[in-house]
Amino acid sequence: MPKRTDLKKIMIIGSGPIVIGQACEFDYSGTQAVKALREEGYEVVLVNSNPATIMTDPELADRTYIEPITPEVVCMIIEKERPDAILPTLGGQTGLNTALAVAETGILERLGVELIGAKAEAIQKAESRQLFRAAMEKIGLKVPVSGIARSLDDVREWGKKIPFPIIVRPAYTLGGTGGGVAYNQEDLEEIAGRGLAASLKTEVMLEESVLGWKEFELEVMRDHADNCVVICSIENVDPMGVHTGDSVTVAPAQTLTDVEYQAMRDAAFAIMREIGVDTGGSNVQFAVNPENGDMVVIEMNPRVSRSSALASKATGFPIAKIAAKLAVGYRLDEIKNDITRETMASFEPTIDYCVVKIPRFTFEKFPGSEDFLTTAMKSVGETMAIGRTFKEALQKGLRGLEIGVYGLSDSYDAPDCEREDLIASIRKAHSRRLFSLRRAMRCGVSLEEIYEVTKIDPWFLRQMKEIVDEEEVIREFGLHESLTADNPAVAPMLERAKKLGFSDRQLGSLWKRSRYDVRRLRKELGLAPTYYLVDTCAGEFEAYTPYYYSTYEHGRELTPPAEKKVVILGGGPNRIGQGIEFDYCCCHASFALRELGVKSIMVNSNPETVSTDYDTSDRLYFEPLTQEDVLNILDLEKPDGVIVQFGGQTPLNLAVPLLRDGAPIIGTSPDSIDRAEDRERFKALLSKLNLRQPENGTALSVDQALTIANTIGYPVVVRPSYVLGGRAMEIVYDDSELKNYFSQAVRVSSEHPILIDKFLENAIEIDVDALSDGTETYVAGIMEHIEQAGIHSGDSACVLPPHTISRELQAEIERQTKALAAELSVVGLMNIQYAIKDGEIYILEVNPRASRTAPFVSKATGVPLAKLATRVMLGEKIADLKPWQGRKTGHVSVKESVFPFNRFPGVDVLLGPEMRSTGEVMGVDESFGMAFYKSQLAAGQKLPAEGRVFVSVNDSDKALILPAARLFAELGFTLVATSGTAAFLAEHGITAEKVLKVYEGRPNIADLIKNKNIALVINTASGKKTIHDSKEIRQTTLLYGVPYTTTVAGAYAMALAIRELKGKGMAVKSIQEHYGR
Amino acid sequence: MKAILALEDGTTFAGTSFTGPGESSGEVIFNTGMTGYQEVLTDPSYVGQMVCMTYPHVGNYGVNLDDVESSRIRVEAFIVKECCKTPSNWRARDTLPEYLKRYGVMGIEGIDTRALTRHLRLHGAMRGVMSTEVQDPESLIARARSIPTMEGLNLIGKVTPKRPYVWTGDGPKDAELSADGSYAWPGPGPKLVVYDFGIKWNILRLLAAAGFDCLMVPSTTSADAVDRLGPDAVFLSPGPGDPATLAPEVAAIRTLTEHYPVGGICLGHQLLGTALGGKTFKLKFGHHGLNHPVKDLTTGKIEISSQNHGFCVDLSGVPDVEKTHANLNDGTLEGFRHVKKPIITLQFHPEAGPGPHDSQYFFTRFRGLVREAAGK
Repeated sequence: MPKRTDLKKIMIIGSGPIVIGQACEFDYSGTQAVKALREEGYEVVLVNSNPATIMTDPELADRTYIEPITPEVVCMIIEKERPDAILPTLGGQTGLNTALAVAETGILERLGVELIGAKAEAIQKAESRQLFRAAMEKIGLKVPVSGIARSLDDVREWGKKIPFPIIVRPAYTLGGTGGGVAYNQEDLEEIAGRGLAASLKTEVMLEESVLGWKEFELEVMRDHADNCVVICSIENVDPMGVHTGDSVTVAPAQTLTDVEYQAMRDAAFAIMREIGVDTGGSNVQFAVNPENGDMVVIEMNPRVSRSSALASKATGFPIAKIAAKLAVGYRLDEIKNDITRETMASFEPTIDYCVVKIPRFTFEKFPGSEDFLTTAMKSVGETMAIGRTFKEALQKGLRGLEIGVYGLSDSYDAPDCEREDLIASIRKAHSRRLFSLRRAMRCGVSLEEIYEVTKIDPWFLRQMKEIVDEEEVIREFGLHESLTADNPAVAPMLERAKKLGFSDRQLGSLWKRSRYDVRRLRKELGLAPTYYLVDTCAGEFEAYTPYYYSTYEHGRELTPPAEKKVVILGGGPNRIGQGIEFDYCCCHASFALRELGVKSIMVNSNPETVSTDYDTSDRLYFEPLTQEDVLNILDLEKPDGVIVQFGGQTPLNLAVPLLRDGAPIIGTSPDSIDRAEDRERFKALLSKLNLRQPENGTALSVDQALTIANTIGYPVVVRPSYVLGGRAMEIVYDDSELKNYFSQAVRVSSEHPILIDKFLENAIEIDVDALSDGTETYVAGIMEHIEQAGIHSGDSACVLPPHTISRELQAEIERQTKALAAELSVVGLMNIQYAIKDGEIYILEVNPRASRTAPFVSKATGVPLAKLATRVMLGEKIADLKPWQGRKTGHVSVKESVFPFNRFPGVDVLLGPEMRSTGEVMGVDESFGMAFYKSQLAAGQKLPAEGRVFVSVNDSDKALILPAARLFAELGFTLVATSGTAAFLAEHGITAEKVLKVYEGRPNIADLIKNKNIALVINTASGKKTIHDSKEIRQTTLLYGVPYTTTVAGAYAMALAIRELKGKGMAVKSIQEHYGR
Repeated sequence: MKAILALEDGTTFAGTSFTGPGESSGEVIFNTGMTGYQEVLTDPSYVGQMVCMTYPHVGNYGVNLDDVESSRIRVEAFIVKECCKTPSNWRARDTLPEYLKRYGVMGIEGIDTRALTRHLRLHGAMRGVMSTEVQDPESLIARARSIPTMEGLNLIGKVTPKRPYVWTGDGPKDAELSADGSYAWPGPGPKLVVYDFGIKWNILRLLAAAGFDCLMVPSTTSADAVDRLGPDAVFLSPGPGDPATLAPEVAAIRTLTEHYPVGGICLGHQLLGTALGGKTFKLKFGHHGLNHPVKDLTTGKIEISSQNHGFCVDLSGVPDVEKTHANLNDGTLEGFRHVKKPIITLQFHPEAGPGPHDSQYFFTRFRGLVREAAGK
């Protein structure tokens, strides 16, 4: 049956900001779906609050609502747009939950809107544990036995029914606090008792443990005629007990016989049918007992997921695109396979390589959180690698992680084999367990023992052991053989090592040579990788998609034609500070190149992204972004240009080494980048232009640091010079804090200098994005931070256009921006951070590259910055491009950051100079207040219209909080404050109820928050002691989901937002309408 | 131990034998299944062929006692990228190298199986020789050219049973016929004579599960001999080699189609097609894998099929036959029925083993056909 003609307008719900567990993969899926539906002639209405997505590009959907994804807002959009159908299965859990909540309001029936892909009943059946269990039992499949207990009596009852060990999970606590594994009745009562106390609803879930069982996933698709296919099987290296998002996973499954695999396949189809997923993709997770093959169903997601993004990239099969087409009535046999062109989508991809996915963690950003992995996901990104063998793919994946290792070897020294710690380091899963496994193997711990402790399948352990053993062979070889091309033993050794995935860096370390020496040796021997195709069919059919991976084999499938082409280096795995914003820029570079008729070549290793879709660029290399891997590609492609300024820090760090190897880097020269990054050169640059920066100095010792700090005057910002992205950056207020910083946070020496800057208290921070062709500069956006300076720009909210800065100051900022761009000969994008204090402009930082805010500015102004930057890099002039002509005004855009604090229990939520947000949202409206309100709502904070506002601020903030406090009072809120603040407010004519501080007795403020007597919390703190004293307030606030702010400026913005809400109220408007289209 | 694989067109691949010294020859084909190597190894249809697996890691789950499709390994040789010597699976009883060695079948690894597969796709399945003994490629190439081509090769003699037998659930057992050639059918189900041209055991399991009382007979069994057995229906199994060489079998089948409901799979399908007037032809590199989509034209449903065949049937001009199944990749015939006689066939493998279970309805469909014919 062809597509449905009774549907004209279809709504797609996106997944909102990037959070842990929901990342770029839903931009990839949503973008594919929007394109697929429009290709079929449907009108597409999109809702997504995340401006950094490709799917919210104004050209993509017919109507794009950059609005909060809440049921209320989505209902408003439905009322306005009257779509015929909603496709809820492509926006992650957010899209699904929102659609379900919308359906429950009855609006869909009232307006005749159909849920396509999955009906509400199917979603409920898959999401509710009880319904799911019943459904599985009905079709004869096993699920781990589980039950809900609300009292200790319940717990005892379940203890009789569920076999031990039992996993205890308290409901409604943050990050699974209070849970554990019980091995007997006594354990159970103790752990469950604690869990009941910790749970907000006095509820714990008890579940039969399948810890240590093998974990598998199948990605399946179904059409409305009940045709089902498996797209990909995935096996987890980490057994049950570690969230699949935090596990190292492999495609296809490695250790299942055909009999077992087919049983799993049959089960997956039966589940899809029983749950009632009409069309589209689903993900089913299984656990298998390694002792006897018993199989249980863990869960199914009736939607595309992170795993389906991985499966798509692993096989080349575009799951989201096909899912969208199936949802409008096509059958699998009616959709062409783009890759082979001849065959249809109704087949099961088969692959002839091995795919390894490795998660990327950032525990170092969250001091106080423990680095161990459980069933709650903690990773912020992932990298995928393709190799002909698991060993090759694993080592490629590890160097693709960009954590300073270049394969399975993290250190080349003799391992420390102190036994107790050895076993402990592998027993619990943690972010560096692979390296601990290597150490254990090097120390001679038997694989049997490692298996006993970790339950990692022996197959994987043996593969790793082969790598570890080979390391010694390579090292020995280097000791006894001459490492020159004329030694006939060298070529076979090198080839063997390369086939096992060893990088030039690893070989260099093992041979005590530089990676350049190894590369030179390889080149002399003619040993280069070949590039094989990802073709969905293991070579059985001719394939047309230009999607490649490197491997050391002898076939040759790719001879790049000589034509005008440019290589774009992507950003690699998501991490805090480098995520979807940069992928957005890379995709736009590719689109621009294609518009210009220049072949675009993408290099990236992140499976979640749009940039790694096979149809984004003319050629895609799914490769780690290391110097070796990129140079190999450049050797083959010989491109006319290489773009390094869009992928964030990753490609930027490669710029100088690539340039040294003769790479034709286009855009701003690496020397200019260095002038902006090198502290001394930067200082000289500013003084040449007569621009001001906060007073600063570089200290090589603690004494020197104290001298500098006292010369400049406290407070000062201190940070090591050798780390980027705000790592270990602190604001210190006196000598003792500074000494403390050195004793606890960092070491200082002549090799590791410490940078000290004057901290501008209560200054306004400004971010500027600009586009320059080297002579002319277009100032694309001046963003005023909501929070005062001192908070990492990636973590602060900002507004465009600025709402408190005078026209004169804005003009001066423009002038300085242009002067800097000209002096640095910027060709492409540039981002500058300014601070304004007492009417003076200071320059904090200049980054001659795409910034995190580039997509936000593009959406806010309607000017596609990254595309224009690409054109400029290819030689076009701003005077001809006239970016100002397309600029849209008349609305206010607010960007707000989203934080993963609920994943890291115990971590303080106070914002500071170290970036910790994972994503961002955008609120757009006519007024600042409403735009800010929407940004808060989109970020998960529903600001109250009435109730009690708790105010607790620093002494230094007391005077500053008055305007906000006054406004809240005027809006009818009751203020609540601790004695000091209350007295201060009273002095200024503002009445506030008094409440006890946490340590002053009870009932105190924490009790009020717990009893839901507080609607909003304003809590600022600085200095170690105040921060410590007030931490519990913030923890309680977070736990109970009360809206809060930790800055004075944030409090005032909230008051303005609430005033707007109580005045005009909220309305929705598409970005196209804002643009006047 | 170093080994060379030489193809008739002069291409050579260097690898390592993981089964010790040896030599082997046959038609080189590739199989795209990512699981099921033990079933592939023991499938009698692979007689005369050296099988290259496209998935690079083979042997991961070892070999076990259950996943066998006949009494021994049937492939001439096994070609992989990387063979796992220390398998991991709770059912594993042996390793792949040991298993191959036990049957004296050569295995070679370290081959760029993707390059080999692409070569075969572009130039067709071809003859090859592999050896650890002879390191001179030219002489191996010459030998590859001297072995018989698959076209024109009769191979069923190597795999068909010498005497009739029955299936016991876990293996075959010789059947006792009376002196007059009749057979005391033990079961209550419809009596089915199954021509074993190289059958897979899973077909026997599934025929039994569908309720048939089966008696397997050698390929040389005449139509008269079948009459004397007194069956309700006849079934034709898969098997190796070129169907065009099996003229006596085709003649017998032509006679049988006049009197009995007949079903056939793979070679059985090809022989039935030939008996009804069709012609077989060789595919460039065959279908060998677990992922080909097939459409059941009678229901419109799509099945993901287990495929293993190098020849195909052309039914053009044959009266009263109707295509029931089509391959959605290349449009080739995957099954037909006779519009007047109770005859149905499938070119692919509904018994799976290895592969998806999507088409197992074929056995109950055949059972229905037999029941219907009996009712008339």
